[in-house]
Amino acid sequence: MLRYFLRRLAYVAPVALGVSFFCFLLVHIAPGDPLTSVLPPDASAAQQEEMRRIYGFDKPLPVQFVLWLWQALQGDLGVSIATGRPVAAEVGKAVGNTLVVALLAMVIGFALGSLFGFVAGYFKGSWLDRGASLIAMLGVSVPHYWLGMVLVILFSVQLGWLPAGGAGPDGSGAWKWNWEHIRYMLLPAITMSVVPMGIIARTVRALVADIMAQDFVTALRAKGMLDPGVLRHVIKNAAPTSLAVMGLQLGYLLGGSILIETVFSWPGTGFLLGNAIFQRDLPLLQGTILVLSMFFVGLNVLVDIVQGLLDPRVRRQ
Amino acid sequence: MKRRLQSAIAAALLAYVSPAIAQGTLRIGMTASDIPLTTGQTDQGGEGMRFMGYTVYDALINWDLSKADKPSDLVPGLAKSWAVDAADKNKWVFKLREGVKFHDGSEFTADAVIWNLDKLLKNDAPQFDQRQAAQGRSRIPAVAGYKVVDKYTVEITTKAPDATLPYQIAWIMMSSPAQWEKVGKSWEAFAKTPSGTGPWKLAAFTPRERAELVPFADYWDKARVPKLDKIVLLPLPEPNARAAALRSGQVDWIEAPSPDLVPSLKGAGFQIVTNAYPHNWTWHLSRVEGSPWNDIRIRKAANLAVDREGLKELLGGMMIPAQGFYPPGHQWFGNPTFKVKRDLTEAKKLMAEAGYSTDKPLVTKILISPSGSGQMQPLPMNEFVQQNLADIGIKVEFEVVEWNTMINIWRAGAKHETARGTTAINFTYFIQDPFTGLIRHLQCNLSPPAGTNWGYYCDPEMDKLFADIRNTFDPVEQTKIMQKVHEKYVNEALFLFVTHDVNPRAMSPKVKGFVQAQNWFQDFSPITMAK
Repeated sequence: MLRYFLRRLAYVAPVALGVSFFCFLLVHIAPGDPLTSVLPPDASAAQQEEMRRIYGFDKPLPVQFVLWLWQALQGDLGVSIATGRPVAAEVGKAVGNTLVVALLAMVIGFALGSLFGFVAGYFKGSWLDRGASLIAMLGVSVPHYWLGMVLVILFSVQLGWLPAGGAGPDGSGAWKWNWEHIRYMLLPAITMSVVPMGIIARTVRALVADIMAQDFVTALRAKGMLDPGVLRHVIKNAAPTSLAVMGLQLGYLLGGSILIETVFSWPGTGFLLGNAIFQRDLPLLQGTILVLSMFFVGLNVLVDIVQGLLDPRVRRQ
Repeated sequence: MKRRLQSAIAAALLAYVSPAIAQGTLRIGMTASDIPLTTGQTDQGGEGMRFMGYTVYDALINWDLSKADKPSDLVPGLAKSWAVDAADKNKWVFKLREGVKFHDGSEFTADAVIWNLDKLLKNDAPQFDQRQAAQGRSRIPAVAGYKVVDKYTVEITTKAPDATLPYQIAWIMMSSPAQWEKVGKSWEAFAKTPSGTGPWKLAAFTPRERAELVPFADYWDKARVPKLDKIVLLPLPEPNARAAALRSGQVDWIEAPSPDLVPSLKGAGFQIVTNAYPHNWTWHLSRVEGSPWNDIRIRKAANLAVDREGLKELLGGMMIPAQGFYPPGHQWFGNPTFKVKRDLTEAKKLMAEAGYSTDKPLVTKILISPSGSGQMQPLPMNEFVQQNLADIGIKVEFEVVEWNTMINIWRAGAKHETARGTTAINFTYFIQDPFTGLIRHLQCNLSPPAGTNWGYYCDPEMDKLFADIRNTFDPVEQTKIMQKVHEKYVNEALFLFVTHDVNPRAMSPKVKGFVQAQNWFQDFSPITMAK
């Protein structure tokens, strides 16, 4: 087990390096000028040149990459060009904001997804299956930014039950865990939960249906085991793969959604990324992508380890 | 059902909205994606200056934002008067207002003016701020030097005689030197607790989320002491999110509702406030060798082909049809002889003279963007113009680039390879002062990379007029020259004049007393909120 654990950890370093390299490269080959956000459009060429020098954009790309990586390794992600604030602090705050919504979305999505998937798989072919599968398919297919807007029109504009956007009556800086604040996160969380709900439901359904058709289930039933007992075995067998899918989905959720967070003006990582892209705020963009990719890498390791704990076959591979 | 829905909305508004609006709090949804820089010289373009510049700060010379019925002009701000030296036209003397206090209680004097100019122009000054310099430096290109004459008098010298200096000075916001010292000589700290002389003080500020402004009771202009208790600024860049926030009562005012939402907002009882302001939506034509726009007949024909009334219908009435580079009625409009209107017969005749027809069309490529600051609805609008031009034998192909890329191509000029052989760029302009409005687009020596004369236009006669603008210190005479320049702009059809934005804002009927000045900036002092 320990060897498996260490091997998984050792994979992290090259993956992280590769991710940081690609995120740096992608950001730099995209068209546009990072100085647009800090200079008025008709700033003189000399002034543009001077700013380029001050921000280090006049250096060759490999040099810029090494400098950036060296600083990033020390926890310094640089300073946002557009705002002049440290990237690490900006990303940290945004991650915190996204995390609260993502966790709520995860609870909703995972619970409903597992429930629908399990019911559909267990009662495969019945009307329950068809109903649950329809919901799952809708979840995957409906564009979530569209759903977000519809929810806003319905619950904020027409009914006036929930706020249309923002992170609390006084912003995320004054966040409190009470209804007055929590109601701000309901619509974004519900919108965010729909896709993972659908994906998990479909995965779980397929798994459960597959397991139900296996010989050992027939054998268990033949031995006279009642449904609850069979169910326990099915869940145990379906768990590792479901977990892997959930881990990936959690990664997506933590990355925030540019569209959903923009629709709800939720100051999380998606909102931050959207702004950074439009302003060509390269340090902010690089920093945010790096942190989010590291989340993914970390989550994958975690899922692998948990899978290993749950399923001895994985450890042996 | 409808009645039930209405009462549900009313109940919801009572339940959720009332507690949020105390006495006289105005909540504004901005189009900016972040709170503009709070230290003085703001970022985020015109919107930044509107909400965080002329609110918290003053310039030596301010804009008169008190009238809606005529274009605004300059008025004394922190300087009560200014004049160029009779003998040396490079020397200007500014007499400062006495007894003006910054929000921190310190006094505004000539030393503060010098300190603020050093903040932008003197790289080795302790208070030099790269971020503010980036925004402010290019606004005052004429300034060569400055000094204190006495406690309330400042002398500014220019590189060459330049009568547009007052317009340049109107950009420069005065931050408090005493506050900067007090917060440890750090602009980062100053940004959190800024201090200017403006009618509003920044009370609270969460980056990317909100800023709160409260009245400054000791403001020097008693007529402009704010009546509201508070303004809350919220960045809501997404147009649908902005409209939803207004409809659900989370904000009382939104900037730039998209035209397709305007009818339904009006129907829901919101006020739509519009007015002309110095903005235009044109095609800036390339005058590089080989460009078809070098032929005045084609330029005029294109201008006569555009169906501006039809376009207005397309935009739900949210535009002013162009009759020139400036909106009709502007003090610099003058009296051009070429009338910009739709006249297909004349347009086709001109095209035929130039050797083109619908059977033998002129084919050319135009650079446009799908969205961007001041661009209105660029895709449908450009397609509309494309159809109009097709009617007279100009076949237009579009090169569509993202807005940020377009800014770079605009800076690089029509000859640059990034312009991809296009012969016009659909760039929208801030045209509030003589330089940004007229000079920068067409002065010979402002061709890229020296400036933003994108199309490399060069006409000695025009340059002479520009020089006259800079050398005429009598405002009445200067206005006459600006009219002459504008007449030349129109008579020679130097741009494809299409439209002017009307700067729409949607607001709750509770917002009272707002006067929308014909300006990029606005005064929030007279506003009150009805109960």
